[in-house]
Amino acid sequence: MAAPALIELSGICRTYGKGEAEVRALDGVDLTIRKGEFVAIMGPSGSGKSTAMNIIGCLDRPTAGTYRFNGADVSHLSRDQRALLRRHYLGFVFQGFNLLARTTALENVELPLIYKGLPRAERARLAAEALAKVGLQGREHHDPSELSGGQQQRVAIARALAGGPMVILADEPTGNLDTTRSREIMGLLAGLNRDDGMTIVMVTHEEDMAAYAHRLVTFIDGRIESDRETAPEATQ
Amino acid sequence: MIWETVRLAFQAILRNALRSFLTVLGVVIGVAAVIAMVTIGQGSSEQVTASVESLGSNVLILRPGRAMMGPGTREDAPAFRLADAEALEALSVIDVASPVTSSSLTAVYGNANATTTVTGTDMSYLEVNNWPILRGRGFTAAEEKAGAAVCIIGETVRQTLFGNTDPTGEVIRLKSISCEVAGLLQAKGASSFGMDQDDVVIVPIRMMQRRIAGNSDVASIRVALAPNVTTDRGIRDIEALMRERRRIEIGKVDNFSVTDMKEISSMLTGINNVLTGLLSAVAAVSLLVGGIGIMNIMLVSVTERTREIGIRLAVGAQSRQVMTQFLIEAIVLSLIGGALGIILGLTLAYVGAQVMTIPFSPSLSIIALAFAFSAVVGIVFGYFPARSAARLDPIEALRYQ
Ligand SMILES: Nc1ncnc2c1ncn2[C@@H]1O[C@H](COP(=O)(O)OP(=O)(O)OP(=O)(O)O)[C@@H](O)[C@H]1O
Ligand SMILES: [Mg+2]
Repeated sequence: MAAPALIELSGICRTYGKGEAEVRALDGVDLTIRKGEFVAIMGPSGSGKSTAMNIIGCLDRPTAGTYRFNGADVSHLSRDQRALLRRHYLGFVFQGFNLLARTTALENVELPLIYKGLPRAERARLAAEALAKVGLQGREHHDPSELSGGQQQRVAIARALAGGPMVILADEPTGNLDTTRSREIMGLLAGLNRDDGMTIVMVTHEEDMAAYAHRLVTFIDGRIESDRETAPEATQ
Repeated sequence: MIWETVRLAFQAILRNALRSFLTVLGVVIGVAAVIAMVTIGQGSSEQVTASVESLGSNVLILRPGRAMMGPGTREDAPAFRLADAEALEALSVIDVASPVTSSSLTAVYGNANATTTVTGTDMSYLEVNNWPILRGRGFTAAEEKAGAAVCIIGETVRQTLFGNTDPTGEVIRLKSISCEVAGLLQAKGASSFGMDQDDVVIVPIRMMQRRIAGNSDVASIRVALAPNVTTDRGIRDIEALMRERRRIEIGKVDNFSVTDMKEISSMLTGINNVLTGLLSAVAAVSLLVGGIGIMNIMLVSVTERTREIGIRLAVGAQSRQVMTQFLIEAIVLSLIGGALGIILGLTLAYVGAQVMTIPFSPSLSIIALAFAFSAVVGIVFGYFPARSAARLDPIEALRYQ
């Protein structure tokens, strides 16, 4: 793989609490993810997968270690600088969808574009494009409450895509969906990776879903237990 | 970007209509209370001022007894006589002196009857009170002298007995006396005491004495001082004359009182101002409470909307932007509250003014003040919740259920 590194974690530690009650959620994690990769992260509950995702997503800061994003050290950025990084380069997909209630699909997808300062017409156009990409054309003006779980997660993916990120970070994106919907969502993510070269990092508990990725990283007790290339399942 | 944020704030407000309504309610009530209180207070001040002015020249009232003010005679002081009024009028300091005796009676016309105040006096009484006759005529000198059964009625009595038709020339019954309606007085409205001044029937004083009261008493004398005579000088001369006429020995106290109407009026104005001030203070407190209400609801909404804040932070909002959004939301809400409060306050003041028959006089300054206040409330009480919203940790906020 000659592609340049996008995410470089070295010696990352993250501890919660102090003294007796100290919890080492991450304990010396080294991980490099290159552009265009589709990485699945697995591991038992409490092994630090979400903590690692939060640090990769600049929602959180490591207690120790260095995080380089696209070549730049971002371990010590301020709150506002991390917000800018998220705004311009990172797209999130959550297990619980995290859409704004009583807000249409289009407006939800527009949200990151508002903070990018795009004019209204431009926002609407990009948001509609992103929705079309996830197969939701015609649902632009539906509220989350009027959409199925799978459709809501598609809106969330469209929202992550709309800002034109360098990577999509998905923490258990299919955790709340049945198998059929999960497969649809995974197909969508795999397609983004295959056709658009989108870098994707995804946490999952299901082997089936991890099988869509090209690389499987396993966490145990805050450390990386194994890291191996996998042959992606032939999909669609 | 600021317009974008304002638009977002409006969106958030509309999205949570009930919560927004509750938030706004406090400010609406506060602002409405302040405006209604102050506007009504101002109206009644104007009313007092107007009634002071309608008294025209220096008007004094003589009553038997030592009572400083208020109706009715106390103690066993003898009543005045018509001769007292004539003697007073002969004084150089006095322009006119009108004898006045009133009694509550029922006036009857056809099937209609009206319980009203019948006042026996003379034509100069109407003159001193700046009270023109709208239709018909006043009493002639002969009628006054003879105590003829004629009367002039006020607008309220006319409405009750005759409706909108012309009452002049008709005959009404007072007690058992048939009395011709000679004239109709111009409507005057309520006095500063809140009494309906148009609920009156005026008859010649002699008719009152002989045919209604059955004695020759005069209950009070209304005196207008000559121009350029000071109230003090007028009172001194009147007291000297009356002590002589009532044979009060030197060293004994007066058994009558002389009241300066202007004094009463200015005292009323004072009371009125104090009351308005008090009510405004109460209203201001309610405005403050409304502001605290906004703060509370905004704080609660920070908790309620924690996940929303988390989502916004996750997609790249900076703390400052979340803070601005909350702040603008609070300001927009309190301005909407202010505007609704002004409308409600003015409506209440208008209805109040109609009910109390005082002038409706909204003042621009108080409206501006109330509006400015609600803006300040929005900024001050919106700031703290906004700050705590912006300080939320994105992960914590996202995890919040
Ligand atoms: N805010 C926090 N305060 C204290 N401890 C925390 C906090 N967040 C996570 N932890 C601890 O850190 C460890 C790793 O948590 P993390 O959420 O990363 O696990 P995970 O691998 O994502 O688990 P799951 O599969 O259940 O989502 C756990 O022991 C957890 O209790
Ligand atoms: Mg997790």
